[in-house]
Amino acid sequence: MKQVVEGSHAVAEAVRLARAQVISAYPITPQTHIVERLSEYCADSTLAARFLRVESEHSALAALIGAASCGVRTFTATSSQGLALMHELLHWASAARLPIVMANVNRAMAPGWNIWADQTDSLAQRDTGWIQLYCEHSQEVLDTAIQAFRLGEWLNLPVMVNLDAFFLSHTYEVVDLPKQNVVDRFLPPYQPRFQLDTKDPCAFNQLAPPNIYMEMRHNIQTAMDDALTFFGQMENEFKNTIGRGYGPVEAIECEDAEIIMVTSGTITSTSRQVLSELRKKGEKIGLLKIKLFRPFPVKAMRELTASARKIAVIDRNFSFGASGIFAQEVRAALCNHPGHPMVFGYVAGLGGRDVTTAVIEEIYRLTKESDLPQQESIWVGLHEVEHAVGQS
Amino acid sequence: MQLDNLERDYMCPGHVGCPGCGAAIAMRFVLKALGEKTIMIIPACCWSIIAGPYPQSTLQIPVLHTAFETGGAVASGVRAAQDVKGDSETTVVTWAGDGGTFDIGFQALSGAVERNDNFIYVCYDNEAYMNTGVQRSSSTPYGAWTTTTPGQQWKRLRKKNIVEVLVAHRIAYAATASIAYPEDLVRKVTKAKSITGARFIHIFSSCPTGWGIPSEMSIKIARMAVQTNIFPLYEVEEGTRYTINFTPKGYLVNEYFRLQGRFKHLSEKDLAHIQEMVDEDWNLLLRKTGSIPEIS
Repeated sequence: MKQVVEGSHAVAEAVRLARAQVISAYPITPQTHIVERLSEYCADSTLAARFLRVESEHSALAALIGAASCGVRTFTATSSQGLALMHELLHWASAARLPIVMANVNRAMAPGWNIWADQTDSLAQRDTGWIQLYCEHSQEVLDTAIQAFRLGEWLNLPVMVNLDAFFLSHTYEVVDLPKQNVVDRFLPPYQPRFQLDTKDPCAFNQLAPPNIYMEMRHNIQTAMDDALTFFGQMENEFKNTIGRGYGPVEAIECEDAEIIMVTSGTITSTSRQVLSELRKKGEKIGLLKIKLFRPFPVKAMRELTASARKIAVIDRNFSFGASGIFAQEVRAALCNHPGHPMVFGYVAGLGGRDVTTAVIEEIYRLTKESDLPQQESIWVGLHEVEHAVGQS
Repeated sequence: MQLDNLERDYMCPGHVGCPGCGAAIAMRFVLKALGEKTIMIIPACCWSIIAGPYPQSTLQIPVLHTAFETGGAVASGVRAAQDVKGDSETTVVTWAGDGGTFDIGFQALSGAVERNDNFIYVCYDNEAYMNTGVQRSSSTPYGAWTTTTPGQQWKRLRKKNIVEVLVAHRIAYAATASIAYPEDLVRKVTKAKSITGARFIHIFSSCPTGWGIPSEMSIKIARMAVQTNIFPLYEVEEGTRYTINFTPKGYLVNEYFRLQGRFKHLSEKDLAHIQEMVDEDWNLLLRKTGSIPEIS
């Protein structure tokens, strides 16, 4: 059934349809609409879940680590500072092999206080062992959040579904809500492989000396490798039952493209428009949207960019002292692939600054006019700043 | 209560605690009282080690080892999940040291108690970060040497009164207990098990390694802490009804301090000051029980 829903509520609908059993959350703008809606669903029994109103994001994830260790389906949502506060437990959740699902509304890190879109919060958590997915629109948010439970429970890994602050979280779009019985077919009740059980007492997460720790970590990497295969299988099932699919990456007119723009999140939608305009003018432009960030779809990246001469990665995030984070990942994916295209990195839209069609066209033009990348990242649309620290 | 009636042990021989470890003794009695329908959460503490490395475990109940500061929150999650699964019978217990309770885990504990989540939180208190090598915590008593309060910088601050902090939450049940009084300890755990809501048991657990006492003195020192009013045995129901479980015999604190290496630097004057503080705290407690009148 098609409805006009806010992006945050698309997440809440997905969690309702997934029949989450324990939800734990702490409020942070711009995530609040997700947990407010879920609180209502728990209060009026639309959703038969326990909602834990904890005293911090840290405890939100800690509570789910407890709940998921008992073998129930769990969900939390956070953003920015809240995600950073969870950092220690992000590692814990993955190494304990718990399929916790989290929606993270991508928001800039302080200071200065900034509640607007920026992906540095989640990308800074890339090494914590979570599967990370990035969404372009509210339909994809809803579908991805449902898929996240299937993915996590199959692989025994936690899954983070990322959506841009405000551009998605607070924007209303038409979303097709699947029926409960259809979702139930795609996502049957969780069958945990292990759980705390007084009839079969085991110790979880205990001391792991050097003779076993590495093997435990290697198992997580094996699951990440499996995730690349299982993602396709899962999406096929989703397509068969619910009728939509996205792929770990989506290539738009990349076959004959000389320059491929690489994007994630809502910048992709704006880039689609730029692509359409520039194609009309005869430009050989392609667009590659990255949805699955962890595990990184290296093989797909190599194959889909094979014919291009240049790649322009647009990052709404940054790793200080290095470059935009997607650009780093793309370079790493391609560097051992003979004859790979040049990778140009661009930083745009930090802290919620608009990335307009004009900005994207500028990025395309800069890439077309350069033979080689002059630096790791070009910051697009910087204003002149007075009183900057460390500049004479 | 006869301890003989609690024959079954849920703690196997072969744990890796130090000789004379009070925390190991505390665990043994608590599990006897709780029985097999128990899920235990252990945030980082000595017991993260004592329970044994993978793939062994000295405990015959399900145990969830968790991050240092999460004892309260993880218990909330375990309780919620068991409730969702229709299991209200299993007792959910967090088992934490004083660092994980008084300090780094305090926020999560306060949150869980404020929510009145249905679980028992046990703090075995050895009065410092013993697992990391005897560093001071907010449970370390006035006068103590630790590796981070060495020499003339011995701790000149009082021990945080954790029970009173939790009582201020109007916690359903809070009690102090001691490894030297196992019948009282088992009675309190059994009573806590029968109550619904958040419950807290604070167990004084000697640490020969950190306190500078011979391992065979573990119980004796714990008993002296009660007899001198340094660690009174009492319980509080619904945050208001106080009961003192042990009437002291008027022993002075000196001998308790003189037997422990961690206090050997203290002068007679220091001990006299400590005696005053202990007397003051005891009178404060008596006032709460209504045993002596309020100050006019």
